[in-house]
Amino acid sequence: MPSRPALSVRGLQKAFGGQPVYSGFDLDVRQGEILAIFGPNGCGKSTLINMAAGLMPVDGGTILFDGRTAREAGIGYVFQNYREASFPWMTTADNIRYPMRRKGMARRDIEARLDHLKAEFRVRFDLNRYPYELSGGQQQLASIMRALAVQPEVLFLDEPFSALDYETTLSLRTLLQEVLKRLSITTILVSHDLEESIALADRVLMLTRRPTTIADDMPVPLPWPRTPDTLSDPAFVALKKRALDVFTASVAVA
Amino acid sequence: MRAILPPIFGALGFIVFWWVAVLLKVADPVLLPSPAETLRDTIDGFRNGPLLFDTWRTIWRTIQAFLIATAIGVPLGVALGARERIYRAVEFVVDFFRSTPASALFPLFLILFGVGEGTKIAVAAFGAALVILFNAAYGVMNARRTRVLAARVMGASEGRILWDVMLWEAMPQILVGMRSGISLALVIVVVAEMFIGSTDGLGQRVIVAQTLFETGLMYGVIFIAGALGYSLNLLFLVAEKRLVHWAGK
Repeated sequence: MPSRPALSVRGLQKAFGGQPVYSGFDLDVRQGEILAIFGPNGCGKSTLINMAAGLMPVDGGTILFDGRTAREAGIGYVFQNYREASFPWMTTADNIRYPMRRKGMARRDIEARLDHLKAEFRVRFDLNRYPYELSGGQQQLASIMRALAVQPEVLFLDEPFSALDYETTLSLRTLLQEVLKRLSITTILVSHDLEESIALADRVLMLTRRPTTIADDMPVPLPWPRTPDTLSDPAFVALKKRALDVFTASVAVA
Repeated sequence: MRAILPPIFGALGFIVFWWVAVLLKVADPVLLPSPAETLRDTIDGFRNGPLLFDTWRTIWRTIQAFLIATAIGVPLGVALGARERIYRAVEFVVDFFRSTPASALFPLFLILFGVGEGTKIAVAAFGAALVILFNAAYGVMNARRTRVLAARVMGASEGRILWDVMLWEAMPQILVGMRSGISLALVIVVVAEMFIGSTDGLGQRVIVAQTLFETGLMYGVIFIAGALGYSLNLLFLVAEKRLVHWAGK
């Protein structure tokens, strides 16, 4: 794996109403790495990726993508609430075309990219339907395709499966990790589900309560591809145990 | 079929009630003519009188007022909604005049626009524009934040976000505003036809029929005005369902 960082956070500062969330936070994410961020509620997981994605201003410090800002680099973002993130006045296909149109891509390139994404994710459902006509899993898959349409340097996933049922989560997770690894997409996943964080990541970053620091930076050396069977693998179970201990300790300290 | 039957029974029930009241001589027959007499006088008004022309005049005035109100209310409402702070500053004035009975503004508009055709349309447009503006502004302000963020993260400029997201998010509310606006425009036009130097229109016909004790015709014109209001509302409800399929999604 190449070691050039795709994302570098240096001396990050952020406070809400005088209460510091981040005071001097550093983080590096390597090219092609899938990083899961896990921590207690309100520790600022979503705040971190919102700042990284340029959706929220930082109070101090820098967040750079290989030396550039989020706007310059091009990022993809998948929201937790797929229903409120898609544009229901457009068909699903037009939703996926939207970021490509904003980038001024030629019509032919847009169609080619759409076909490519369809093949990549083995899409069987009709993309000419409106998002609200699709199932939750299909809608979130379309959101992921939309986020990847412009080939972002970093993909942000904000609790992407938390509104879906377990069965859908498992199959979508399997499909997603397969594509992310095949295309070697740098990904930052925010999750409040420990199992999901470990199953989908190369590395799990465990955060403490506010002011947020890193409780543990845990590599996940499990082989790819990871399937639902991975969840019962002894190595997986051991990692989960270790993470849970760190989590319990970090919550108890506060 | 099942959905249409109850309203039909309701309407028939109303006519039966009316007829019984006439048969029991609840009121002076001059004041309360029978449904048949009303129907006869109304048809006569269409055939031999100016009723068709009056109906058309009222519709045309309402449409003009509505179009002016939409042309002003929608862009202004969207623009103000996009700048919430400015909207908060003018909200009181909008709410105040929205709550002011339009009829109280007749003298003012008579001074501004004279006794001509323009006054009736202007006062109706004024009332309707405020309702449309208010709804458009709220539609934009209530645009779902996640959708705005999604557009921003996909590289849309603020202008683009207004055009690509907020306008669409506001569309259901804008259409609600337009529906309320056209209903209000009709109300104001009919009142204006009664009291602002008019020679035609349904409002004028009602008041003339009343003065001449043509009560059959008077009731008929009232029903026509009612049917007009009801149809406009229905038309917009159907349009809303067809056009903004994404409402509430």
